[in-house]
Amino acid sequence: MTATLPLTVTGLGYSAGRHELLRGITFVLDSPRRLVVLGPNGAGKSLLLRLCHGLIAPTAGTIRWNRPDAKTRQAMVFQRPITLRRSVSGNIAYALSVRRVARSERAQRTRDALKLTGLEALAAKPARVLSGGEQQRLALARAWALRPDVLFLDEPTASLDPAGTSAVETIIDAIHRAGTCIVLTTHDLGQARRMADDILFLNQGRLVERAAPDDFFDRPRSAEAAAFIEGKLVW
Amino acid sequence: MITAVAAMLMFAAASLADDRSIILASTTSTENSGLLADLLPRFTARSGIRVYVVAVGTGAALRLGERGDADVVLIHDRAAEDRFVAAGHGIDRRDVMYNDFLIVGPGGDPAGIRGGRDAVAALSTIAGARALFASRGDDSGTHKAERRLWLAAGIDPGTGSGQWYLELGAGMGATLNMAAARGAYALVDRGTWLSFANRRDLVALAEGDARLLNPYGVILVNPARHPYVDEAAARAFIDWLTGAEGQAAIAAFTIKGEQLFVPNARDAVE
Amino acid sequence: MRGDRKALSPPRGAVPGALNDRAPSSEVDTCLSRQDEPMSEFGAAFAQAFDLIASLDGDFVEIVVRSLYVSLVAVALAALIGLPLGAAVALFRFPGRHFVAVLLNALMGLPPVVVGLTVYLMLSRAGPFGVLDLLFTPTAMVIAQCVLVTPIIAALTRQVVEDLWRDYSELLRSLGAGPARALPTLLWDGRYTLFTAVLAGFGRASAEVGGVMIVGGNIDHLTRVMTTAIVMETSKGDLAMALGLGLVLIGLSLAVNGAVYMMREVAVGTPP
Repeated sequence: MTATLPLTVTGLGYSAGRHELLRGITFVLDSPRRLVVLGPNGAGKSLLLRLCHGLIAPTAGTIRWNRPDAKTRQAMVFQRPITLRRSVSGNIAYALSVRRVARSERAQRTRDALKLTGLEALAAKPARVLSGGEQQRLALARAWALRPDVLFLDEPTASLDPAGTSAVETIIDAIHRAGTCIVLTTHDLGQARRMADDILFLNQGRLVERAAPDDFFDRPRSAEAAAFIEGKLVW
Repeated sequence: MITAVAAMLMFAAASLADDRSIILASTTSTENSGLLADLLPRFTARSGIRVYVVAVGTGAALRLGERGDADVVLIHDRAAEDRFVAAGHGIDRRDVMYNDFLIVGPGGDPAGIRGGRDAVAALSTIAGARALFASRGDDSGTHKAERRLWLAAGIDPGTGSGQWYLELGAGMGATLNMAAARGAYALVDRGTWLSFANRRDLVALAEGDARLLNPYGVILVNPARHPYVDEAAARAFIDWLTGAEGQAAIAAFTIKGEQLFVPNARDAVE
Repeated sequence: MRGDRKALSPPRGAVPGALNDRAPSSEVDTCLSRQDEPMSEFGAAFAQAFDLIASLDGDFVEIVVRSLYVSLVAVALAALIGLPLGAAVALFRFPGRHFVAVLLNALMGLPPVVVGLTVYLMLSRAGPFGVLDLLFTPTAMVIAQCVLVTPIIAALTRQVVEDLWRDYSELLRSLGAGPARALPTLLWDGRYTLFTAVLAGFGRASAEVGGVMIVGGNIDHLTRVMTTAIVMETSKGDLAMALGLGLVLIGLSLAVNGAVYMMREVAVGTPP
């Protein structure tokens, strides 16, 4: 079976009207690690994720996966959890149905997903009545049920309290250990330290630096990275 | 959803079922008088043919006949009936009956026409006094009769339109409702008048003039032009209506003890 | 006219009271006793409405059943057409899309009598679909009301689905669901609001008279429904009956909406 990775991004750019929001992004992601895209607000992190996942088409440069149907082997979790007006297990079942997962596997996958995210007790509840943290766990369960090769997460804990954040990070780690490549955006330094195997630092639409977390935090090579780490870079 | 569609189809089929039926286009005043409700079941009992009445204005009734949407037309506007036949839309027009119009008005009778037997003079008086008059204004048989009377009086009430002469463009009932509410005079057919339930202050003030007669004609919609017309059934109805039984039933029809229509079919087929 | 000559000597011995040689008397049996106050008229209307319901008069029941049948079937068909139509206009990009959206909104204000006239011309024996022999049948009335109600449902659906798509499109596209796959999903997700749109359609259908009057003809025992009966009673001057029927009509609408509301409460369960 051909792997989805490596992902090769070359000279990627995106402009909306006259605003150039991303420029000259080039990198290769060749193994299923935890890649954290870090940067201040407005750096273009969310945009980069959507371009890589195929929700938006680039206006410059290329994005190349190792297989043409890569998008069907990915999943995404958004900053504000999006839940359908149906039950918790109904949401998971819907995702499985759209992705055309074999019917015989659906029940087991749903159970596994609920177990991983600790939502078994809430399976029959309408998703809309769940708390923010629970809904985000549902989004993760829904993504996990699809067994994606790559999981994109756009600031998944930005609206959660510390307990919720911790729960979500634990789940992401578990998904990673099962073999999924994680690509996560955040502006939270602490989260980046906890979650990253690899850091992509973006500022004002450019890829400024790429390093392992220890190198990045202890010995940032760029002035912008240094300023950001000290909390001096606003946007 | 599917059950609903199935039910609808069954209902539609049932309503088009094989009971023989004809559509009679007539006027609202005829239907509102109650004559048809009294008459038609007798015919159905005799013949097994159902008569469905679509009661609209005279013009609309003729239009239904022209389009072949009705099988028989029963109205009270001789000139229009003759034009209808002359244009080939209908054949075999026959007299059926007549009733009459009367002039009603507010109990206080501001124009002072009470007890008059001369309709034309009454209208002249009303116009002279610029007393409120409610006209149907809808080109119906009643409206045309009213216009003939104004013509005979040599008056054009249109000059007072919107002031004392109110042209409604409506049916007899709506016109009477307005006359009752505003205390206006009006020309009304006796059938509607006798069964009208909202008279308030209105009373009958002038009647009996020969010019107030209102004759009815029945016409068979031309089967040559409209093959959907059930000619045999329609003719059966017309023959019955103008025959001994129908004519007797017409004469026997009363409202509050008063006979309403006078049958006058000629050469009735027994 | 020859008929006139006959008038002065009535034929066959009939004695027409109308043309007796007497001076017209003032009406003895008028309804002068009827007061002009609106409140007593409403009182009479309530009494009339109660009478009709309590006695379950055959004609009355027939009219009520027919009214419900026509409007319910018409709305069901309109929903069948309007829901997917509205959703499709919301989701698919095609040339003239904005024009269609505006058109649907505008058609919500179609005058019922104009719809009635148009359907009449279509179904008339002299018209293109005359062979179907549908004029003056309940089916024709269903057609007219369906034409009237479909734009309402379609226009409201379009708005609802457009808003839902805005919320869900990233998730759905991430899963790989394009507009076609999303259409039934969004209709189901918006089901509560959409059902309210359907109820709005039912309200419009059951209250209209212009359309069903023209294509139905208000034929006794065939196409008479509550609204046409109300018009007829008004034209006869029987305002109490007309109002009474009107009260029954309002009551019916309340009953239908109440039943739907209760069904929904049961389905959804008590919200926390």
